[in-house]
Amino acid sequence: MPIASIINICLGLLLAPLLLGIINKTKAFFAGRTGQPLFQAYLDIIKQLRKGVVYSQTTSLIFRAGPVIGLASVLIALAIVPLGGVAAPLAFSGDLLIFAYILGLMRFFTVLAALDTGSSFEGMGASREVLFSALAEPALLIGLAAIARETHAMSLSQMLPAVSFLSPEVVLVTVALLIVYLCENARIPFDDPNTHLELTMIHEVMVLDHSGPDFAFILYGSALKLWVLGLVIIGIVFPASSGSFWFISVISAIGGLFFLAVIVGIIESTMARLRLIRIPQLLVAAGSLSLFAFILVLR
Amino acid sequence: MNSLSFKTLRNCQITRLDDIPLVSPTVFRNAVIVAVKNGARISALFGVPQNRLKDQVFYKDPPGAEIRLFAILANDQIGTLSVVSTNVQNSYPALTPECPQAHWFEREIYEQWEIKPEGHPWLKPIRFHKSYMRDPSRAGSGDTNIGITDFFRLEGAEVHDVAVGPVHAGIIEPGHFRFQCHGENVYHLEISLGYQHRGVEKALLGGPGKRTLHYMETIAGDTTIGHTTAYNHILEALAGTAVSLRALSIRGIALELERIANHTGDLGALAGDVGYLPTASFCGRIRGDFLNMTALLCGSRFGRGLVVPGGVDYDLTGNLSAQLKDRLQTGLADVTAAVNLLWDAPSVLARFESTGFIPAQTAKNMGLVGTAARACDVVRDARYDLPSGIFRFSQIPVSVWHTGDVFARAYVRWLEIQRSLNFIQNQLAMLPEGRISAKMETPAADSFVVSIVEGWRGEICHVALTDRDGRFRHYKIIDPSFHNWIGLALALRNQQISDFPLCNKSFNLSYCGHDL
Repeated sequence: MPIASIINICLGLLLAPLLLGIINKTKAFFAGRTGQPLFQAYLDIIKQLRKGVVYSQTTSLIFRAGPVIGLASVLIALAIVPLGGVAAPLAFSGDLLIFAYILGLMRFFTVLAALDTGSSFEGMGASREVLFSALAEPALLIGLAAIARETHAMSLSQMLPAVSFLSPEVVLVTVALLIVYLCENARIPFDDPNTHLELTMIHEVMVLDHSGPDFAFILYGSALKLWVLGLVIIGIVFPASSGSFWFISVISAIGGLFFLAVIVGIIESTMARLRLIRIPQLLVAAGSLSLFAFILVLR
Repeated sequence: MNSLSFKTLRNCQITRLDDIPLVSPTVFRNAVIVAVKNGARISALFGVPQNRLKDQVFYKDPPGAEIRLFAILANDQIGTLSVVSTNVQNSYPALTPECPQAHWFEREIYEQWEIKPEGHPWLKPIRFHKSYMRDPSRAGSGDTNIGITDFFRLEGAEVHDVAVGPVHAGIIEPGHFRFQCHGENVYHLEISLGYQHRGVEKALLGGPGKRTLHYMETIAGDTTIGHTTAYNHILEALAGTAVSLRALSIRGIALELERIANHTGDLGALAGDVGYLPTASFCGRIRGDFLNMTALLCGSRFGRGLVVPGGVDYDLTGNLSAQLKDRLQTGLADVTAAVNLLWDAPSVLARFESTGFIPAQTAKNMGLVGTAARACDVVRDARYDLPSGIFRFSQIPVSVWHTGDVFARAYVRWLEIQRSLNFIQNQLAMLPEGRISAKMETPAADSFVVSIVEGWRGEICHVALTDRDGRFRHYKIIDPSFHNWIGLALALRNQQISDFPLCNKSFNLSYCGHDL
């Protein structure tokens, strides 16, 4: 089985940017356009890797460390999440907490790097990001706690395959996690990844000053984040039993991820962004859903 | 009481320069303030140096010259213009404290002529060019370090400044915006322009010449028809040319096509700013379709070369007319489908409604024009109030909405698209026969003409003063943006800074039209 889990990691490393392509193709379809190529995210990352870097003189080591630590964190997260019923290489009891907070570490350093530039835009983006993630975090953690309680397991690799199919609490947690998913990955209705208007941005504005390979790390890191958080949702909705054939369950899980990307694309095509002051309300709603699920599990 | 002080004119009516009343600064000030209190509106307020009025050499305005101030007030209710003038030197008591809509004009007078409006509360340059007086001994307002000025500052802890521009993230014109914020809330926005200043008004002196028409076409590229129409009305009034009804009708069609195309683009851009993709993409394309209809008419998507002195350069033949009708039909269906998506999406309405609110009284006090004014329940449309050209014979209903927010500014655009499409269809159905251009005589000497046209952004005002040879002693252009930039600043008060791009787009003002 270790070979299977290593293959799973390689699949994640290889296919993550494709999710962005699928989202963009879905959006283009709804807008009646051809849209950018499916593999545009790969091309962007390669392009950025080949470019030079520009550093502002006002920045310090933290600014340079941000993208590296960000990418490293999300790689660790990738090693914690199981795919298709195969235990992850880094599975241990309590790894769901590490999973939540390793993503927190990624965000923390992105925020620090943004603040390090001293730009008023990036400061605004950082303050928004911190506010919203502070509200998204309880929704994610309580949701995972509900699943952990239901499956009597403290490791994602044991929890996810054991989730009962579409029980009420699982449905609640899924909706909550979907909201967190959109928020954490800076998608509509929380943030508009396509906007050029720096005053309205949340995530994008924090990385305005990064360039070249640093920016490639950030692009790749956010693609991987889309992948790992998606895997948690897919793992809950389509629990792959460990007894079934590995190959088929991996294929179906990846298919599920692609389907999730299509859903994200549809959401982005059919609704406008929320006004910034309304975002906390939606996140609190997600937190309440998780809490209800937790109460249901406790009874 | 002051009616005696004013010369009353109709839109595009020629008068002798000597007939413009010249009163003392005190009478001038009182006359304007009282008239504005009684419902008149400042269309233009500008200075002309005495040497230009005395047939002396152009281009060399001597330092310290006396300046003659002209005020042109629009009486929208009775459809007339009131003109008055006064001579001032060095300074005069500012109108702004009692008549806020004069504020931007007085800043311009201060910057151009070093005439200080005493008591003006916000006396900073608006374009950051050197004073036209070229007096090295006087500092004046001629600080040529563009964008560097004494911005208002908010004191206190947790208060921060956000500076945006002049280089923006999108492909748009340059302008600098300074926000005084407390967290996400904007207390005040100060707008600093002038990056697009080209010296258009100076270049027009001694005209009309070969280049004049092309300057007019490019005052604001998206308002080509609006500005060229206003300019040609002036030339035709000066020369006493009777333009054929057919030419007027074609000009009207082009003006409304320009309005439809820009409004469609704006609605798409508003959708894009809130991240609502379908309308954003569709309207981007449909705007192109409407621009292509103008191209069908004259070969240029922006209508360059269409409106010429004496009429139009391109006729609308039967074949073209039929094609245009077909395209309009499709355009109407497309734009209706795309725009109605907006009104059906709750998430879009939640963003538009009560964002960037301006009360009707503020809009009136500040003299806002065009869609920005009509969205605040102010019935103000030069096509209706001060009709010229084809609009004297064929009216378009004024589209007004009462909420004063981004939604209102979007909805008025949609109403106007429908009214304008209707207008074009009516014009095409009964296009008058006749020639499309008339022979132009030489412009009248020593005359004064005001021409007002409702462009797609709002009122375009051109004023010409001719010399003894019928050439321009002075030519003044007021783009609607000149009136409306302050509206954007006021709309942003107590708003979220993240809503600025949306508010900005709902006004969609011109930088080059303002900077000239």
